[in-house]
Amino acid sequence: MSDATSSAMAARIDASVKIHKYKKKSQWRTIWLRLRKNKLAMFGLVFFIAMMATVLSADLYYDYEEDALSHELSARFKPPSEGHLLGTDQYGRDVLARVIYGGRISLFVGLATICVSLTAGSVIGAAAAYYGGKVDEVLMRFMDVFLAIPNTLMAITLVAALGSSMFNLILAMGISQIPRMSRIVRSSVLGIIGQEYVEAARACGTSDARIIFRHILPNAMGPILVQVTQTVARSVITISSLSFIGLGISEPTPEWGSMLSEARSQLRYHPHLAIAPGVAIVMAVMSLTLLGDGLRDALDPRLKN
Amino acid sequence: MSENLLEIRDLHVTYRTDDDEIYALNGVDLAVKKGETLGLVGETGAGKTTMALSIMRLLPDRVGFIRQGEIMLEGVNLARATDADMRLLRGNDVSMIFQDPMTSLNPIHTVGRQIAEVLILHNPSASRDEIELKVDEMMETVGIPADRKAEYPHQFSGGMKQRIIIAIALSCNPKLLLADEPTTALDVTIQAQVLNMMGELKEKFGASMILITHDLGVVAQICDSVAIMYAGEIIEAGTAEDIFEGKSHHPYTIGLFGAIPDMTKKTRRLNPIDGLMPDPSTLPPGCRFFERCPSKDGDCGAHRPGMAPVSGTHRIKCRMFAPQPGGMRE
Amino acid sequence: MSALVEARRLKKYFETPRGLLHAVDDVDLSIGAGETLGVVGESGCGKSTLGRLILRLLEPTGGEILFDGRDILKCKRSEMKAIWKQMQIIFQDPFSSLNPRMTVSEIIAEPMKVARFLPTQNDILERVFELMGIVGLAERFVNTYPHELDGGRRQRIGVARALALNPRFIVCDEPVSALDVSIQAQILNLMMDLQEEMGLTYMFITHDLSVVKHISNNIAVMYLGQCVELSWTDELFENPCHPYTQGLLDAIPSPNLSSRKQLNIMKGEVTSPINPKPGCRFAPRCPKASPGCQEPGIGLKEIRQGHFVSCYLYM
Repeated sequence: MSDATSSAMAARIDASVKIHKYKKKSQWRTIWLRLRKNKLAMFGLVFFIAMMATVLSADLYYDYEEDALSHELSARFKPPSEGHLLGTDQYGRDVLARVIYGGRISLFVGLATICVSLTAGSVIGAAAAYYGGKVDEVLMRFMDVFLAIPNTLMAITLVAALGSSMFNLILAMGISQIPRMSRIVRSSVLGIIGQEYVEAARACGTSDARIIFRHILPNAMGPILVQVTQTVARSVITISSLSFIGLGISEPTPEWGSMLSEARSQLRYHPHLAIAPGVAIVMAVMSLTLLGDGLRDALDPRLKN
Repeated sequence: MSENLLEIRDLHVTYRTDDDEIYALNGVDLAVKKGETLGLVGETGAGKTTMALSIMRLLPDRVGFIRQGEIMLEGVNLARATDADMRLLRGNDVSMIFQDPMTSLNPIHTVGRQIAEVLILHNPSASRDEIELKVDEMMETVGIPADRKAEYPHQFSGGMKQRIIIAIALSCNPKLLLADEPTTALDVTIQAQVLNMMGELKEKFGASMILITHDLGVVAQICDSVAIMYAGEIIEAGTAEDIFEGKSHHPYTIGLFGAIPDMTKKTRRLNPIDGLMPDPSTLPPGCRFFERCPSKDGDCGAHRPGMAPVSGTHRIKCRMFAPQPGGMRE
Repeated sequence: MSALVEARRLKKYFETPRGLLHAVDDVDLSIGAGETLGVVGESGCGKSTLGRLILRLLEPTGGEILFDGRDILKCKRSEMKAIWKQMQIIFQDPFSSLNPRMTVSEIIAEPMKVARFLPTQNDILERVFELMGIVGLAERFVNTYPHELDGGRRQRIGVARALALNPRFIVCDEPVSALDVSIQAQILNLMMDLQEEMGLTYMFITHDLSVVKHISNNIAVMYLGQCVELSWTDELFENPCHPYTQGLLDAIPSPNLSSRKQLNIMKGEVTSPINPKPGCRFAPRCPKASPGCQEPGIGLKEIRQGHFVSCYLYM
């Protein structure tokens, strides 16, 4: 009797030890290995990380008040030099410092926007696809109405209605991205609902929530992640355009769009004032887009080469 | 041997993936006579489709490579032909029928137009009326009323679509037709209809055909000769009589026949071949079938057997039939 | 002999833009405990729909399904959960039936976790290893992903998942159609061994008559949503009565030269059963059709002990 129990105990210990004997090839690792082969995507990733790092560590080498905000009229329109790598603007502020602090705002707004639109979009899209029928019909028609209004126009309307604070800006841009996001989620979920493993899960009485979160969403991640990178990129452009026309972040807070707008009048004699934020916008958007493209390929578990 | 339409000698094809080199074809020798139908039999991963793609020179770009060997079609080496030459050859001399009739037709063009397209491409001087006439003729040939030519692919059933694909493939009178599992996606009753039609067309057009399939039953129906593939090699070849009625066989062939559920016997258990085909990225040094072979002996794991004749037309790649014991040394 | 699974006048109609599609129309069947019923038919005959109806993965339009004497269509969802532990399904496509983001052990453990079948993670893992042994999967695959394995091994995972909760009844929807012959025979043998050891009851759905011959006790032949012939296996092969069954048997190319050029070819193609007219649905393709075939009321009739045919010739 005690023998039997102890051998049963041994077997019990066995199973959980045994499973670690066989190395699990982490899927994230495989994805990373595949992503690493894509040079453009790696360029995008490295650039994006470098940009984040620069922006986050800005306080270490710049003083926000001193370099980015306070006017120093004796040092107006300085060309690039050792002290000011990208020169100074019409109020004598360091352009590089302003571009970096501007990036802080653009990237923060971009990431915050995606939190809003991804959460709401996933819930709406997944529910529409999974329950189908009337639920689908009502949710998607509602989204179609929103989709018919151009993103920027919608954001402008919302900001105009709510007032232009940072929080309202994020909310406005997040909401304007929801229809697009929910469409993407819905279509990738629809593709997976037809798969037999979902039916197999249903055949053992799995709850709807478990089916959605364990079986459907992990497999729908690919297109959604790509959309996420593109949405962040799009948000960066939107916030810049809003600021450019004076509805987003306004002076003196540094922001790429408003910097561009200001530099317009100096374009003829001091083009570097426009080039710096312009290049920053292009690089931010491009690095995200390249990363997204690479991710789409790397995330497909069936793709071997 | 001048009557051979196609001769493949020592063909090696590999696929390059991120991690390894996949050895898809490893020294294939094959000959197809004029007017003959050759059945190319093998399991998934044996290299059947790679063979067809190599002949068509449609191996995926920068992934699949012909490493060695030649593919002689009436004296022209396709393995070395330029892309421009190949474009002319495809359709005129060689055409291919793919497995899936659902995805091989363009859904936005009428079927008549898809047949005409091929005809125009290969007879640029023909007038519109001549082409239309020929389209009608091709459709009647494959047993579809010509007045359905203005319909779109989705209006046809799977069997009908496969007929149209055959019509397209035959419309330029190719000398060689490659059919990659043409009936696998079809129901049995439809498969019987299509096979029957292919048998008739073969006689009418006098084209040679390579029929790629995993189904020995299909081969028995319409093939004149048979080649059996395993792990990128042809391990047994001969006339249909050699393969289906001959006395000696490669152990794999015996296993393949044994595994087919037999309708005439009452046994309950089936006889599978144990194990799996070797991983094509790390092939074993000796005979590729060694691990699964019921009649192996110690030598087989180390020595690659060569193709040895059993009778005039029948050749087997196995130690048991090698002229001198031990086979060829690698 | 008591039946474990019984269906009576089972119907499933789908609304389509072109009319009502009678996917399964008045099918009666009964499968004894420990037996196998083969369901054979061409694509579009409703055989897969029938399998999903029996498991109640689809809601029938009408009829009754008795499992162990209990009408499962009257069960609430909570009661169904208990019943689903006893009935499982194995799918055709070993590619799309396994979640590509889960490892082999996670896939096999999933039903046990959902059903709270075993108390601890350790017990579940132990059972996973046990099941892998039963279906002949080497332990070293426990942490691999399905796409790293070949079709035969993947199908073994599917079998292990179906066995996880010790079911009594398994619907096998074309489990070997996507596999090579040599592997197909391995899986069929495995399924027959499991049936003997565990006393499983199978409903084996396939388009391939030669496959069901080996595994089935009884065979039902379906055409456009209806069962046209039902018989015990040997009788069906020796004495096929319905013209469709005869045509189906004749169309299978056999791997020997003697049968060459003897394929008895059935004309026409399967249509879809949208708003079907009364009478025999096979009549348009039938070589033995007569005006009587248009009459309503042709149904399964027992022509010999245990052999039912639905054909005007035998009315």
